[in-house]
Amino acid sequence: MESLIGLLVAVPLLGAALLLCGGRRLDGIGHVLGTVLSFASFGIGLALFADMLGKDPEQRGLHTTVLSWIPVEGFQADVGFQLDQLSMTFVLLITGVGSLIHMYSMGYMEHDERRRRFFGFLNLFLAAMLLLVIADNYLLLYVGWEGVGLASYLLIGFWQHKPSAATAAKKAFIVNRVGDVGLSVAIMLMFTTFGSFAFGPVLGAAGETSEGKLTAIGLMLLLAACGKSAQVPLQSWLGDAMEGPTPVSALIHAATMVTAGVYLIVRSGAIFNGAPDAQTAVVVVGAVTLLFGAIVGCAKDDIKKSLAGSTMSQIGYMVLAAGLGPIGYVFAIMHLVTHGFFKAGLFLGAGSVMHGMNDEVDMRKYGALRKHMPVTFWTFGLGYLAIIGMFPLSGFFSKDGIIEAAFAKGGTQGLILGAVTLLGAAITAFYMTRMMLMTFFGEKRWQPDAEGNEPHPHESPKSMTVPMILLAFGSVFAGGFFAVGDRFLKWLEPVTSHEHGDPAYGAGVISGAALACMAIGVVGAWLMYGRRTVPVVAPRGSLLTRAARRDLLQDDFNHVVLVKPGEYLTRGLVFLDHSVVDGVVNTTAATVGGLSSRARRMQNGFARSYAVSMFGGAAVLIAATLLMRAV
Amino acid sequence: MSFPLLTATAAVPALGAIATAAVPAARRTAAKWLALLVSVATLVLAAVIAVRFEPGGDRFQLTESHTWIKDFGLRYDLGVDGIGVALILLTTLLIPFIIGAGWNDADPLETTSSRWRPTQGFFALILAVEAMVVVSFEATDIFLFYVFFEAMLIPLYFLIGGFGDRAHEHGEDEAAKQRSYAAVKFLLYNLAGGLIMLAAVIGLYVATADDLGTGTFSLPQILEARANGDLTLGTNTERWLFLGFFFAFAVKAPLFPLHTWLPNAMGEATAPVAVLITAVVDKVGTFAMLRFCLGLFPEASDWATPVILVLSLISIIYGALLAVGQRDIKRLIAYASISHFGFIVLGVFVMTSQGQSGATLYMVNHGISTAALMLVAGFLISRRGSRLIADYGGVQKVAPVLAGTFLVGGLATLSLPGLAPFVSEFLVLVGAFARYPAVGIVATLGIILAALYVLVLYQRTMTGPVKESVAKLPDLRVREVLVVAPLIALLIGLGIYPKPLTEIVNPAVERSMSDVQKKDPEPDHAVTTDGGWFDYQPAAQGETADGGHK
Repeated sequence: MESLIGLLVAVPLLGAALLLCGGRRLDGIGHVLGTVLSFASFGIGLALFADMLGKDPEQRGLHTTVLSWIPVEGFQADVGFQLDQLSMTFVLLITGVGSLIHMYSMGYMEHDERRRRFFGFLNLFLAAMLLLVIADNYLLLYVGWEGVGLASYLLIGFWQHKPSAATAAKKAFIVNRVGDVGLSVAIMLMFTTFGSFAFGPVLGAAGETSEGKLTAIGLMLLLAACGKSAQVPLQSWLGDAMEGPTPVSALIHAATMVTAGVYLIVRSGAIFNGAPDAQTAVVVVGAVTLLFGAIVGCAKDDIKKSLAGSTMSQIGYMVLAAGLGPIGYVFAIMHLVTHGFFKAGLFLGAGSVMHGMNDEVDMRKYGALRKHMPVTFWTFGLGYLAIIGMFPLSGFFSKDGIIEAAFAKGGTQGLILGAVTLLGAAITAFYMTRMMLMTFFGEKRWQPDAEGNEPHPHESPKSMTVPMILLAFGSVFAGGFFAVGDRFLKWLEPVTSHEHGDPAYGAGVISGAALACMAIGVVGAWLMYGRRTVPVVAPRGSLLTRAARRDLLQDDFNHVVLVKPGEYLTRGLVFLDHSVVDGVVNTTAATVGGLSSRARRMQNGFARSYAVSMFGGAAVLIAATLLMRAV
Repeated sequence: MSFPLLTATAAVPALGAIATAAVPAARRTAAKWLALLVSVATLVLAAVIAVRFEPGGDRFQLTESHTWIKDFGLRYDLGVDGIGVALILLTTLLIPFIIGAGWNDADPLETTSSRWRPTQGFFALILAVEAMVVVSFEATDIFLFYVFFEAMLIPLYFLIGGFGDRAHEHGEDEAAKQRSYAAVKFLLYNLAGGLIMLAAVIGLYVATADDLGTGTFSLPQILEARANGDLTLGTNTERWLFLGFFFAFAVKAPLFPLHTWLPNAMGEATAPVAVLITAVVDKVGTFAMLRFCLGLFPEASDWATPVILVLSLISIIYGALLAVGQRDIKRLIAYASISHFGFIVLGVFVMTSQGQSGATLYMVNHGISTAALMLVAGFLISRRGSRLIADYGGVQKVAPVLAGTFLVGGLATLSLPGLAPFVSEFLVLVGAFARYPAVGIVATLGIILAALYVLVLYQRTMTGPVKESVAKLPDLRVREVLVVAPLIALLIGLGIYPKPLTEIVNPAVERSMSDVQKKDPEPDHAVTTDGGWFDYQPAAQGETADGGHK
């Protein structure tokens, strides 16, 4: 079976190569080819999964070394793959949701003249993301890590004739590079500490080194995770990334790539377990982002940006859970999987709405769409119920696990974290209810688009609705399936380990509180957006609302603190280099050589004679010295 | 005596240069094909060198030795180590692409009445530079090295000053003035460096004469004498000699603050010549640091390390920041190269195996990646007749292949993991970090700036609405694709499988490490990696030892 692991990556990579280098000949069938190869990768994943299920839970890991990648004295990097239960979970999520989104894109991108390239980039993304989760060492993981960043860059900027899309793509890449510094330094620290950066040796020996080293490695990994998973303070790129086509937002910026940070933290559990300070930092980042994203989600009128805020917030839940250590790892991943279903479904639903509304994204210009787009309404609705944590849908089980784990942390920390997760649940319910009401209920507030075309909302074609239905199915049942009999916990425990912590309250109390918070959020939103008519033009809003509309001033902050000073610095340096450095060196040279008069002549075109005289001088000097020695 | 392979590898392009120059004026195309043929033949010879070279064998292999001027101890001694082989491969590999990319750059304009045959001259000069660079990588006699190190300035001077971009945003006259300024500046900087080196070369000869009885320029002989303790330079002498050598190499590499000739030279020269300068010729400087500075003056190298590390860090960050601030595509790439040379010098002087192997690979990979980026930039510039970034926009829409290859070149320049430059850059960083963590971290910040200058350049030129002035730009032609595609294939190939190169380079680096008597820092808790992957048991970690398993 080991040989199949490499195929997981190779198949979509082949697709990317064919579609990107194949030229116009493949324009006609490119999208089919890309989708078929994506499903093929999913099929390989299923075969490996079936094989894995047949084995003893402790013996399920597969490992294979393909080639010696960078062999240098003292530094050995291999291309090797490992597939354990954690990686397998990701493989199925990536290829499964990925294939559905390929299928959806066949309809969504039908009229785009660069469709072939779009599918090439999607296949490239799949290959890189799969490499990320099956790499057996951090350096190879880095290749996948940056590969998904590249795919994300190419896809956010897919409509690059739009300056906003090109800017957003660049921003995403550069912010992620800040995170990459973290990953680089973490790998270097591992190398100097353990002489290796492969998972097995590093994680196996983590207990032998000092807490200080582990904390440093952990914090650097957290920085990397913040970049990729859009966590505070590196969150600012995700909202802008919504410039990409909606299937991209669903796959990359909701279901899979942005969760890579959670994978990194959970995979590096052995490091974080030995570094409580780093874990505290992880928890704080998760908690802050959870609220940050949720608040932004409440204020946005752009349906995709509101969902992007929601994604940040939900990943905040996962990061928080991962920071709790062995009490939270399993729930972090479980929420990651259920979120993959319902958030991908919600994005595809949003795409379907946009498809029917002349690409309008402003929810204030929607309204009353439920009759016109019944399938979209029902699938989106189920995703909505899942994300707000309605019993017994997926989100209820996975989010409940995290809330319980937060309280189980114990002490004041546990209380604060528990309260934050509950508050987050209430805000989630609020903004999602707002979205639901503004889009599908109330009066129509449709407006003609820039060219004056009236919208004629209609249900999307089968290729789009079938993936939405399948994802809705996952949104409804996955959580229950995972939770009943602790299936998911037992599946993942051999890899991540698990402990129950110290539950402060009974499970029933916490679930009840979570449902109550949800109800408060739903009712609050209904009072504001259901009972009253929604104005087409956004009201001025409170100070917080206005700040939240500007993503809580993240870009303003970056602009003042980084962008502007950076511009002044580079401009100043350009001047310095031209006038000072160049000038000083030239003058020194001229003075030292006593050649200032010649330098003036050089400007007048005597350069060649000058060069010749210098050569001549050199020749004389050589001859003289040698003669002296010879005599 | 066996076939003099090393001489042949230099002689073929040298004779080729003469032959190319002699082609009659009317037979321009024949001259181009001749030059291309010669460069390919040279590449074949270089490949034979690489095959014949035994990585585990003697330090210098395929040696040739002849007396040149007996009285002065001058010898024609050639020999290669792994680092030399890697760089000869790089040089001979890039020249055919440089010739292919510059195919039409030196066609005489109908309006000008030229006294000479520019096309023949252009290609002959390129081959002449190739021959001299190859000898520099092969020479084991220090004086012989010096002669070619300096002599290559002459053809380069004419290449920079005599040939420029076909169209200019500033007009012909202004461009000619700028070109001539750039050529003179290039010459003066490098001559100044060379003269100081000459003094040091002679000083070294004098010192050997004092200690060994007869003066010598032979590198192997001096290395042996130093290892045996027969030759002891006084601390001060060694430091002065080191500075003399290092100064020349730091001009050529170039290192801050001696870098300002490079943006002028690369900006004014045609793109293929700019590639010749930065990807090939400048490598002689970094190569010579590794071979001569460390080998001949280990203690002085150690003494100067702190200053050199700081200068290389400044080069990395300063070069990258200046690249961000450029408005001219070619100058931007030049400053990016300065940043990259900072990485190479850093790798050489952190004195770790990873750093030096990384630096050597970096020389090769930077050559290929800069060639890819700069040559495509040249294709773009020749279409629109402007080097200014602001004159472009939306090119992706009209010339997708050009934009795509430009992006790949750019991604290689920012060291995207998966492409070849990542391997070398990471090795340099990890090598630096292992000995000086703070240095490693500061250098790592360079990767953010690299993303900034590459992606801003790509965004401004290739994306956005199509500017009217570029609306009719044709996409890459077949010749141009043939130039770029193999370079891209190499960037991908060496990113995934750099092993053939590292195998050649590693033993040479080990020797260099023993020259300077340095050992790699040991990891705190070395882990044996051959114990099998599944030795790691998560549940056995920390406090959760409830699920023990085998």
